Formats: sequence, structure tokens, C-alpha cells
Amino acid sequence: MSQQNKVPEVEEELHLYAKRKAVYPKAVDGIFRRLKWLIMAVTLTIYYVTPWLRWDRGHYAPDQAVLVDLAHRRFFMFSIEIWPHEFYYVAGLLIMAGIGLFLLTSAVGRAWCGYACPQTVWTDLFIHVERFIDGDRNAQIKLANASWGPEKLAKRLLKHAIWLLIAVMTGGAWIFYFADAPTLLHSFIRGDAPFIAYATVGVLTATTYTFGGIMREQVCIYMCPWPRIQTAMMDEKSLAVTYKDWRGEPRSRGVKKALEEGLQTGDCIDCNQCVQVCPTGIDIREGPQIGCITCALCIDACDKVMVQIGKPRGLIDYITLLDAEEEAKGHPRMAIRKRLFRPRTLIYFTIWTAIGAAMLFSLGERTRIDISVLKDRNPVFVTLSDGATRNAFTVKIRNMEARPRQVEIGLLGIDSATIWAEPGERDTAQRTVQMLLPPDSVAKTRIYAVSAAKSPAREEFSFTVRALDKEGGSDSEKVTFDRPEGQ
Amino acid sequence: MADQRRIDEPTGTETVGHEWDGIEELDTPMPRWWLWTFYICIAWAIGYTVLYPAWPMLNSATAGTFGWSSRGQLDKEMKAEQDRTAPIRTAIDATPIEELSNRPELLKAAIAGGQAAFKVHCVQCHGSGAAGSKGYPNLNDDDWLWGGDIASIHYTLTHGIRQPEHDLTRFSQMPAFGRDGILQPGDINDVTAYVRTISGQQPANAASKRGSAVFAANCVACHNADGKGNRDFGAPNLTDAIWLYGGDATAIAQTVTNSRYGVMPAWGARLDPTTVKMLATYVHSLGGGEALPAASNAAAAAASTADAGNTQEVNVAAK
Repeated sequence: MSQQNKVPEVEEELHLYAKRKAVYPKAVDGIFRRLKWLIMAVTLTIYYVTPWLRWDRGHYAPDQAVLVDLAHRRFFMFSIEIWPHEFYYVAGLLIMAGIGLFLLTSAVGRAWCGYACPQTVWTDLFIHVERFIDGDRNAQIKLANASWGPEKLAKRLLKHAIWLLIAVMTGGAWIFYFADAPTLLHSFIRGDAPFIAYATVGVLTATTYTFGGIMREQVCIYMCPWPRIQTAMMDEKSLAVTYKDWRGEPRSRGVKKALEEGLQTGDCIDCNQCVQVCPTGIDIREGPQIGCITCALCIDACDKVMVQIGKPRGLIDYITLLDAEEEAKGHPRMAIRKRLFRPRTLIYFTIWTAIGAAMLFSLGERTRIDISVLKDRNPVFVTLSDGATRNAFTVKIRNMEARPRQVEIGLLGIDSATIWAEPGERDTAQRTVQMLLPPDSVAKTRIYAVSAAKSPAREEFSFTVRALDKEGGSDSEKVTFDRPEGQ
Repeated sequence: MADQRRIDEPTGTETVGHEWDGIEELDTPMPRWWLWTFYICIAWAIGYTVLYPAWPMLNSATAGTFGWSSRGQLDKEMKAEQDRTAPIRTAIDATPIEELSNRPELLKAAIAGGQAAFKVHCVQCHGSGAAGSKGYPNLNDDDWLWGGDIASIHYTLTHGIRQPEHDLTRFSQMPAFGRDGILQPGDINDVTAYVRTISGQQPANAASKRGSAVFAANCVACHNADGKGNRDFGAPNLTDAIWLYGGDATAIAQTVTNSRYGVMPAWGARLDPTTVKMLATYVHSLGGGEALPAASNAAAAAASTADAGNTQEVNVAAK
């Protein structure tokens, strides 16, 4: 084959798959790092402690403050108890969470990603464990490149053991939201907890270990849909971590030498600290990018260097795109407070507050007693020996209070009718029936109504239920009374 | 056109050898994973036909080495269900029917079981809602030919009504007054008018007054002097609003002329005793069930409390 036909060598072969480049984030201290510590402490405390809080609801309901009781289809949250038919409160909470994220994103960018997302919090925790055992960035790189020996083996074993322990505890804490925590802990340790408990812990252990220990930033970059959605939520007025290139460029490592040579230099001395501390392994100086979770650790790192070289802080800083343009032109930037209050954030906030207020209002107004009546359709009516007509109804009454309640079922309309329920009988039937409702459950009973009146063939009336205790509460449902044709 | 197979240079893949206006098709091989999946499926299918019924033969299919059959699986499930309900059936069996109402949990199970059995054995005549039809009594109402307390219902169900060749069956036979010439058509019209008068369907008149005498001479033995019937003979109450065969003049005249002879099978001979007991409980629970006669009243009264607890159901005390 001749020389001319030879295909030129491709410099780097392109693949659809790129191997992950290990990230060894360097430890850093500063205002945002401390904020992260604080948020981590608060969120982890909430997560681990919540199921163990007790809340006295009396004899008939669980005393766990927050409990998602799937088996009995109840959701307890402090003084609020939600029944399955009130699931719209949970839907409302989810909508609020969604709109809350919109609000947060349009105001302060990807703050959720940077500070409060469980993926970020647990990854941060895992990184700290890694640092505690292997040392900081340089020691970690050295250990990774070292050949396998007793020390490396011991360190690796210890690190993964602690990671697994954290993972087990993470999965373990989750299940306590779904059953009485102390009881479940005992049976879990004894080994006689339900299989689903072990399965849940197993799955969550695996995901925590994999996501927090091994996959880390890849979850944010490749798996999570939220960064993509956030990209659409952010605009030129949202805060983002930004490298002020107009101030930093051109970078120079040897500022003095450059000055001597009469070259212009920016504030960036190319010390690479911002890259080394980044938990997702990006270079913020390349501009906004999907890998940036705005954890602001690069701001901390850069500010420290700026202090050391006697330059003002904030070469890398939280700034909106609009302000960045203004500042690049030399104009003063708008106060952050003013940036936060703009139509978009105010609208989000109004919607968010409106949903919250509406839910709170309806929570305060909801009745805790509820009647539903199903009329017998086969037969629709029964003629009795004295010519009167009897209709039968299946009555279900929800008692949503955690105590037994005495109620009275009555009739509204159809003045000719009397009602009774087993084991009563027609001779002693009156216009009302009393009933003791068991606590926190649905009481079902069959009620017979009899009317000696001859017409009309179909009469509308209502069943009412009224609580007889001092808290009261009532409900009613419309039904029909049917008679044979022509009577 | 054909057989111009060659290696396509950019991709290094063989073409299928066809060319249409310069367009060629690559013969890309099957992906390895797809082929392996395919082979595994073949292996699976062979294993399946050996283990499970598969190959059609002359009379039936091969049985498969696992010996599985859908009928066998059904039997197994039915057996499991029977085992599950066995304790409660035994308990129902051991409890006299008069005392079932003292055992709310048993009563509930018996009614549920009776309801299921009713759907299989009784709906053909009494209807799925037990509302009956002409000639087949409505079991929801408060009118009972042979007694409406639970023991009477149980007896009626066990021994049937007019079950041939069964000594204990409920039996009575109204004469065919017209057909057998006991009464003349005029008398029948009169007694029909009388019956319609005592049941409040028409005002008294000359015919009904004449009928009164006919009634006194022919009917009181079973239907009683006041026309309210007699449960010992299954003789219906003629003064109420419920008519098994219709209460209009034609229907009553027809009944008097030809008589009626309704038959219900003796279920004791067809079903096991537990099922019959559960059926009686169910029929008694339909709204027309009567209390037991005085002797058993104390037991019935004690049945007023029922299972609250975890079942989310309560019994109700009428005010």
C-alpha cells in the first residue's frame, strides 16, 4: 500500500463511554464550608431523630410523632392525622416542595444541590470519612497510586467498613418512619422483623453506599434530572457561583516576573485551589456548567488565597449573570436583597404561601366525622305484612378521632319513616339510632327504614350523623326511599 | 444485481449483495447478546416442554415430569381454602343454631358462608337478593309460612317443603276446591271477595258476606277463624299485604279453584349440615328474622353485644 493511502493517525480515539476521573477534593475552611457543616448537622439530625420523637395521642393511636402507617393506612405528623381519603394534603405538600424548589432555584440558583440534597449531604459525609482515614487530597492520590500492601489494604478495609456502617444506619433509620421505632428496632435486632424491613434496609444500604461512596458526582451529572430542570428554572437574575474572568484574566503564576516584562496580569494566580477543593472535579473558571452544584467551596478556597496575596475577596463569588455583565463593564452591582425580590420569586412565593395557607385552613376546618350511605339495590324495597315499605341501607361512619365516640344517626326529611339497626326491631324503631363508634376507624352498620305512608314512589331524604360529645361535629348524605309503583 | 456481496469499506461490514440505484444494504450481524438471549430461550423452551404438559398426543398432551396440571393446582388451592375455613366450620357445626347469635364472630362467618351458598343453591328460585317472585317467597319480609325464627327456618331448609318421600318434610295440601267440585264457582267468587275484604283490598259487600259463610265452613281449619293462617300447616295469613301467588281477585280465585303446591327440596339431603346451618343464619339475617319463642329468648337477648375490636365494625344499639 502506498504512502498516500495511509489514513492519518487520529490523535485521540473518541468513545461513547468515558471512564470516570477520580476526584480527590481538598479540605477547605470558610464561611460556606461552615454553612455546609451546619446544614449537614441539621438535616442529618432531623433524619435520624424524627422517628424517635414521641407524641401523646392517647390510648387509641400510636405515640410516634411522625409515622407513615402504611399497614393501617394512616399518616401521623405531630398533631395532624391524615386518612387515605385526605391524601390531597400529602399531594399539596409535594406540590409545595416542588414550588419551593422552583422558588429556591429562581432566587439562589442550585442551592438545593449544593447544600441540602441528600446526595450532596451523604457524599460530603463519605468524603469526610475518606479524608479522616486516608488523609487530605495529596495523601489520597498517593495512596491510590501506591501498590497494594498491608497499609493500603487496612485503610481501604476500614474506609469501606465505615462507609457500609453509615449506609446501614441510613437505610436503618428510614424504616423507623413506617412503624413504631423502638418496637421495630427490637424485632429488627432479634431477627423477627417483617421481611420488607430487611429488604428496605438492604436496598437503601446498597444505594447509599453506591451513590455516596462510589458514584458521587456522577449521580448529579448523569443520573439526576433535577440539574436539567433547574437549568430551565434559572435565569439571568438567579445567583450562581461565577468566576469573574474580567477580573482574573489573564492568569499568571509569576505575577512579579510578568510585571517586570510589562505584561498585564489579572487577579487569578492560577493556584488551582478552586479546582482541587471541588467535590465534582470541575474547573469553575471555564464558566457555568452542569457539573457545578454551587456548593461554593471554591469561593472559600479562592477567598483565602485572595487574602494571602492582598487582593479583595470574591474573585469567585455568588453573582447573577446580569450583575456579572454590569460589573464587567465597571458598573456597581445591584444589592442581592433587591435581586431576590422580583416578580418571578414573588409569584412563586405567593403560590407557595397560598397553597400552604389553604391547606392549613382546611386542616383546621375539616370534620373528623363522616357518613356514607349505600342503599340496598337488591331488593330495592320490601313490602311488609302490614303493607308498609322497608328499605335497607349500609351506613359507614368514619370516626377520625383517636377515641370512641357516641353518635346519633338520624333522618332529615321523610317524616313518615322510622329506623332501626340490628338487634333492634321495628316495634321499637324511632327517628334516630345511637351508636358507639370505635376509635380511629370506620364503623359499618345496616340500617332499616320503614314507612307506612303510601306515596310517592320515590322520596329523597338524608341520613345525618351527629357526635354527642361536647366537641360535636356532624355530616349528612342524601339517599332515596323507594316504594312499589302505584302505591 | 444479486450476489455482489462485498466488504463495505467505511464500516468493514459485508453487504447483502443487492443494489438499488446505488443504494446498498449492510448485512450487519446479529448482536452477540441478542443471539445468546435467543439460544437461552430455545434451551428454556426445551426444558419447559419436558417439565410441563406440552406435546399434543392422540388422547391427551404429555404430562411433563413435574406432574403439574391446572386442575391439580385448582384442587390444591381449594384444599388450602378448605383447610383455612375448617376450624370455623367445625365451630359452627358444634354450636347449636339457637346459640349462634351468642357467638358474634361465628354468626358473622355463618352469615357470610350462607350468603355464598345462597348464591349457588337458592338464587334460582328466590332470586339473588332473596326477594323471591310469584310462587317463591320473598325472604326479606316479615311474613313466614312455616315460622321465621332461626330454628324454624333451619328445619324448613333441612327437610324442605313437600319433599316427596321424606317423612319429616313440611307438608300440607290445600284442597282444589273448584277442580274437585267441593265449591261451586259462585261460592269461589264469594269467598274470594271475602278474602279480599279481610285483607283490606275491597270494602265489604253482599258477595263478601256470603263468602264469610263459605270461609267458615271450608277454610278456618287451616287459615283460622280470623283468617290469619296457621304456621303448623304453612297456611298463609290472608289478612296481610303479602301474597305469594298474587292478591288480586283472579289470582285468589285461581288458588281456591286449583290450590297451590309449592315445593322446596330438603337441603339436608343435598348439602352438608354446616352449610344448611349457615344458609338458615343468612336467611334469618335478611331483615325479617324473628326471635326464638320465649324459652330461647334469654339466649337471643344476650347476643346484643358484638365484635368491635379490630374488625372496624360495631354493633348498634337501637335507641
